[in-house]
Amino acid sequence: MRHEIRFSGFGGQGIILAAVILGRAAALYNGKYAVQTQVYGPEARGGASMSSVVIDDEPILYPEVSVPDTYVIMSREGFERYGAKAPKEAVMLIDPDMVEGRPECTFHEIPATSEARNTLGKVIVANIVMLGALVAATGIVSEDAIEKAVLDSVPKGTEKLNMSALRRGMELVREKKG
Amino acid sequence: MQGNTACAEGALAAGCRFFAGYPITPSTEVAEHMAVKLPKTKGVFIQMEDEIASIAAVIGASWTGARAMTATSGPGFSLMMENIGYAAMTETPCVIVNIQRGGPSTGQPTLGAQGDMLQCRFGSHGDYSIIALSPASVQEMFELTVKAFNLSERYRVPTFLMGDEIIGHMRERLTIPDSVEVIGRKKLDPGTMPFKAGGDDIPGFPVFGEGYGVHVTGLTHDERGYPATTNPKAHEKLVMRLVRKVESARKEIADYRVTSPDAEQVFVSYGAPTRTVHQVLHDRPKEEIGHLQLRVVWPFPEFALSEFPEAKSFLVPEMNLGQMAREMERHTDVPVIPIPKLGGELHTPDELVRALEGSR
Repeated sequence: MRHEIRFSGFGGQGIILAAVILGRAAALYNGKYAVQTQVYGPEARGGASMSSVVIDDEPILYPEVSVPDTYVIMSREGFERYGAKAPKEAVMLIDPDMVEGRPECTFHEIPATSEARNTLGKVIVANIVMLGALVAATGIVSEDAIEKAVLDSVPKGTEKLNMSALRRGMELVREKKG
Repeated sequence: MQGNTACAEGALAAGCRFFAGYPITPSTEVAEHMAVKLPKTKGVFIQMEDEIASIAAVIGASWTGARAMTATSGPGFSLMMENIGYAAMTETPCVIVNIQRGGPSTGQPTLGAQGDMLQCRFGSHGDYSIIALSPASVQEMFELTVKAFNLSERYRVPTFLMGDEIIGHMRERLTIPDSVEVIGRKKLDPGTMPFKAGGDDIPGFPVFGEGYGVHVTGLTHDERGYPATTNPKAHEKLVMRLVRKVESARKEIADYRVTSPDAEQVFVSYGAPTRTVHQVLHDRPKEEIGHLQLRVVWPFPEFALSEFPEAKSFLVPEMNLGQMAREMERHTDVPVIPIPKLGGELHTPDELVRALEGSR
């Protein structure tokens, strides 16, 4: 089964890294095939950023996302450009403090940025909070796989912070599910 | 792993121990990875002041016997052109990676293109030949970089890895083999003139520092290596050999993949659009659709077109305005249908299906 996941936000939020980590979890720790691609502008920070992951049980031929089934949206521009027209069957995770609009598809409001800033003390891990929420909401990769992939990808000394962020994201989904 | 990183890993596996370059999107990760890894292998990494200096340093390193490479894109590639001709004229093995982005000029730094396919073949002045390869996956970024080094060393010719932003920045699983085949350059027999070639048109290489006295010049030179700039025969003999040593070895150099040779409609692709063709073939298993994937693009393997004796049309998706389609037209009476795409995005499967249906 082919899954197409799109992340969008702005440069500096770790939009590309989030996709890289998800692809790594699928390809290296869940025995699947994954391809990660991205679109970004020449700006280092603040410009629009979009990245995608295709995950499949079979080798991936066409590497780009055509119609995503899963979205992670972390900016207003990202919502307007990529999220607003999501098909009804899709699932979307939105940071409600960053995005005003709401889609017609199923969505989860995950206040990743404020959780990262206020609860975890570092806004930089908002992308990891989102990854935790994504895995809890969709089961697209296993929790074990995403943990390993996060640990592979973050700088030494930040493992604890990033693991807390990942778990916080998972909790946010479970609290809502009640 | 990312395509650009896989390219750097391929270079290291092939024995590359010298990299000189100037960072430019979307090729920078090749340099970044070499900067981390080369010092650990007793290799040398130099960030140069610009791209023409980069290729100059690579040429110099190659004359000391090192396997040497550089990586660039668009504007940097244009800056390298003069010294690429120097590498061709002096028969210097070297690998030039071009992760193509949208042009002309600074164009689209962060998006993919295949607009430099003719520039890599003809971009420097004068007549000469080169070898160019085009990868369509992260795995091929690794494999074809290894192959580029081997071809460059064997034929003593600048060899290009003509990637694109899509494959260069894409991440997918890479399997690195325990070892790769490494072909070294043939050394000069002492007592032989340094630019005198045998039957294969490839002279032995006199490595600097191994006792040879040799004069290396971009001027027209005789078999001793000394300038012979006003000797018409010497010039003709030299340039004809530079071209012949590559063109007459087209069949040995060729590397292509054939699918459904009995098909009437045949896609011909290289680089990223290959992935879309694979998707179209996968999605339409009941139709007989041919596919020729060129992994070596230059010298152009015109005989590969004859692998499809029933072909009624060749459809050529390219992220340019039909550069290789134009080359194909020289070699076949079968209609060649370019499927050009500009703007930085890969052809979608639907676009190729429309072209396929339109050609029936």
